[in-house]
Amino acid sequence: MIEVKDLHKGFNGEEVLKGINFTFDRSKTNLIIGQSGSGKSVLLKCMLGLFTPEKGIIEYDGKPYAEFTDDEKKDLSKNIGMVFQGGALFDSMTVEENVLFPLRMFTKGNKKKENLERVREVLKRVNLDGTEDKMPSEISGGMQKRVSIARAIVNRPKYLFCDEPNSGLDPKTATVIDNLIQEITHEYDITTIIITHDMNSVLEIGQKIAFLKDGVLAWKGDKSQIFKTDDETVTDFVYSSDLFKKVRKAQLQGL
Amino acid sequence: MNYLHSIGEYFLMLKGTFHRMTKGSVLRGLILKELDDLIIGSMGIVSFLSFFIGAVVALQTALNLNNPLIPKSLVAFAARQSIILEFAPTFISIIMAGKVGSYITSSIGSMNVTEQIDALEVMGINSLNYLVFPKIVAMMFYPFVIAISMFLGILGAYTAAVFGGFVAPDLFVQGLQDDFVPFQLVYAFIKTFLFAFILATVPAYHGYYMKGGALEVGEASTTAFVWTSVVIIITNYIVTQLLLS
Repeated sequence: MIEVKDLHKGFNGEEVLKGINFTFDRSKTNLIIGQSGSGKSVLLKCMLGLFTPEKGIIEYDGKPYAEFTDDEKKDLSKNIGMVFQGGALFDSMTVEENVLFPLRMFTKGNKKKENLERVREVLKRVNLDGTEDKMPSEISGGMQKRVSIARAIVNRPKYLFCDEPNSGLDPKTATVIDNLIQEITHEYDITTIIITHDMNSVLEIGQKIAFLKDGVLAWKGDKSQIFKTDDETVTDFVYSSDLFKKVRKAQLQGL
Repeated sequence: MNYLHSIGEYFLMLKGTFHRMTKGSVLRGLILKELDDLIIGSMGIVSFLSFFIGAVVALQTALNLNNPLIPKSLVAFAARQSIILEFAPTFISIIMAGKVGSYITSSIGSMNVTEQIDALEVMGINSLNYLVFPKIVAMMFYPFVIAISMFLGILGAYTAAVFGGFVAPDLFVQGLQDDFVPFQLVYAFIKTFLFAFILATVPAYHGYYMKGGALEVGEASTTAFVWTSVVIIITNYIVTQLLLS
C-alpha cells in the first residue's frame, strides 16, 4: 500500500501538485487519470523518488519515504517495478538481457543459472517465450511493452508503476496489456499504480481511480462509480470521446 | 549566468559520477564495451590521419627548405617536434571530439529521450556512474592511441621524406634525435590524459542534461563537439604555459 498525504510539488514557482491525498491499495489496479498537464506524471515521479516534493508525505506500507535510510531506499528500489510509456528498453541489449538486467544488478554471488531460469519463467508469463535473443528494435510495440512488464516484475516487486502502458497500441493489444497487468497484480499481490488517458482501460481494470485536474485530486472512486457520477469535472473528461458521449446519452435516456 | 550554471552542473555531474558505484561485475563489462567503442574503434581513423599528416608535415618542410645552409635533417626535427608536441595530442583530440564526443553525446542523449536513464534511476542505479564512469576509465587508455599516432606520424614523415628523395635515411634518423628533450614527451602525455578526461566528460554532460527529442539529440552532439574542442584548446594553452614556459 502506498499513501500520499498533502503532496505539493512545483516547478519554477508554478505549483503542479496542490495537496494530493490518496491511498493506493495493495492487490488492486490503482489508476491515475486526468488530462495532459494535470500532474499525473509528476505525482508518479514523486512516488518513485525521481522528484522531491516540497511538502507532504509519501508512505510505503506505513513508513514515510523521507525517513528511509540509504539502505532502505536501495531495498525499496528492488521492490519497485516500472513500465515506462515507451517501454524504455535498453536498445543495446537483447530481450533476455533486458529482463535479466535488474537481477544482475541486485543478486549477490553467482546465480547466473537461477537468474536465467527466472527470466525464462517471466518471459513465458508474458507470452514472449522464444524472443530471448531478439533486440528491442526487432519486436513490435506491444511485445516491447510486454518485455517492459517482464523486466518490471522479474524481481518480484511489491509495487508496480505503469506510465500509460497501452499508449500507441491498437485496441486489442491494449486490452491484452491491461489484462496482463491486472492478472499480475493479483497473482503477485502487489500495489499497482497506472497512469492512463484511456477510458477503455478505466472500464477494464479501474479497481480504484484517482482523477486529477490542475494538480488537485478532483474525484476518486472505481470503474462502476465513474460512469454514474454527475460531477461535471469528471463527466467532461470521461465523455470527451464520441463513443462515450453516446454511452452517456443512452444512460441518460435510460436505455 | 547560463555558462556559470552549466559549469556548476558539469562539476556536480562529475561528483555524481564517482559515488554510489555500480556492481563490479557489471562495471567490468561496461568498461570493456567502452574500450572497444571508444579506443579500438578509433584506431583506424587515427592511424590513417596520423600517417598522412606526418607525411605532409615532412613534405611541406622539405619543399620550403631552400636555403643550402639549413641541414636537411631539419625536416625530421620539424616533423618530430610538431607531431609529438601538438599534432598527435591536440589535433587528434579535436578530431576525436567529433568522433568519440558525438558518439558519447548521442548515445547518452538518446537514452535520455527514451527514458532509459529514468529506468536506471528507478532501479536504484546511479545512472551517472553507470553511464559516465566506464567512459572515463576507457578513455584513460587514450594515451596509447596518441602514442600510436606519434609513431605513425613520424613513420609517415620518414616515408615522405626518404622515399620522396628529400632526405637521406641516416640524416632523417639523425634529425629525429637532434636536441631531443624527453620532458616534451612527458608534457605531451600529461595533456593527453587531461584531453582524455575532457573527451569523456564534456560530451557526456551534453547528452545527460539535454532536453527534448531526436532533433535535440543532434543539436546536443554539435554543441558537445564545439565545447569539447574549445575546452581542449584552452586546456592546451594553460598546460603549455604551465609546463613549457
